[in-house]
Amino acid sequence: MLLVEAWQYIVAHPDRFVAALTTHIALSAGALLIAIAITLPIGVLLAHRRRAALLATTIANVGRTLPSLAVLALVMPILGTGFVPSLFALTLLALPPILINTFTALRQVDPEIIDAARGMGMTATQVMRQVELPIAMPVIFAGIRTAAVQVVSGAVLAAYIGGGGLGDFITAGIAMMALPQLLVGAIPATFLALGTDRLFGHLQKVLTPTGMRER
Amino acid sequence: MKWLANNWDQVLQALGEHIVISFTSLAIAFALSLALGIWSARNERAFRWAMGISGFLYTIPTLAFLALLIPIVGLGKTNAIICMVAFSLMIMIRNVATGIREVPAEVVDAARGMGMRPIEILLKIELPLALPVIVAGVRIATVTVISVAVVAAYVNAGGLGTLIFNGISNDFAPKIWVGALTSCALAVVADLSLASVEGWLRHRAA
Repeated sequence: MLLVEAWQYIVAHPDRFVAALTTHIALSAGALLIAIAITLPIGVLLAHRRRAALLATTIANVGRTLPSLAVLALVMPILGTGFVPSLFALTLLALPPILINTFTALRQVDPEIIDAARGMGMTATQVMRQVELPIAMPVIFAGIRTAAVQVVSGAVLAAYIGGGGLGDFITAGIAMMALPQLLVGAIPATFLALGTDRLFGHLQKVLTPTGMRER
Repeated sequence: MKWLANNWDQVLQALGEHIVISFTSLAIAFALSLALGIWSARNERAFRWAMGISGFLYTIPTLAFLALLIPIVGLGKTNAIICMVAFSLMIMIRNVATGIREVPAEVVDAARGMGMRPIEILLKIELPLALPVIVAGVRIATVTVISVAVVAAYVNAGGLGTLIFNGISNDFAPKIWVGALTSCALAVVADLSLASVEGWLRHRAA
């Protein structure tokens, strides 16, 4: 039974499995955090500048169409192989969904609400932090969720450019046609992606301001 | 550049293969999604099940999916096509169902009042009005499938990914550049041309 053999492989090499899993999570979490740190400020700064926002959205839209593997492969001739080039490529993959959703979310905030907030004497910064961002948060977080799942999936491909992670078992498994080993990479990677989706779906609900929740 | 000049036939062949497997998968996925989408548009439970299952398939990492299929169907194009169909279902079912649901109820009522049969309402009213949303789904699915097809080269499905993988294993940068840039260009061109189809349909509908 393949599943049993896969399990036996993990039991026989626990350190290898844990190392791959840790690298996988480190790559994904690192890329996601860097992408959020880059994108959120850009989104907030450009939200009220229509032309700059349009330009950034267009670039992000083109970026979103690029195949993940192509991005990883293109980084290799420039930065070489290993953890850092993989992290760089995965960060690039995470940028477009977050940026697009940040812009869309901030643009969809009802202008009357902003007017009301301004009328109450709030400064532009206060309006952004206390009104616009909380209202936009669910949609921004939906973008972060998409990016998170994409990055976890993309990190499987990082094995090709020596980034490590669960993809290592898959590439080795395919190269040697060792089916159990292949499953050692594929099954946990699948669960990791599904778990990430669930986790962020839950966070998205928690972060929705109480007044905006669906009853 | 020199490598490209000497090997353009190889690149064209890879591009051709890429297009063929992508469009085969899209055609299969579209037929399935149309049926499931029409059914889901009329049945809330069917919609939830279809979204649940296809959403699950959509979340599985590409390479893991291809790997999981190896014990079942082995290496090759079949593996890649199953994987690509699975990835595009969620997007297309969702858009077919949403597109049909967004058709105003009064329009459907009016058609019924004119004595149209359900099949006529579907073919002459609902589907044409839902078309822009359906095309928007096809557009996202196309880009996704082109991207998945790059990885599919790893299970011997051919296509542009072959160039990238050969380039990586031989540490030969020109092959990586050509493979990666051609697949990026293919995705962007497909996206932009479907975007203009979508724009034209929306304009016509408005």
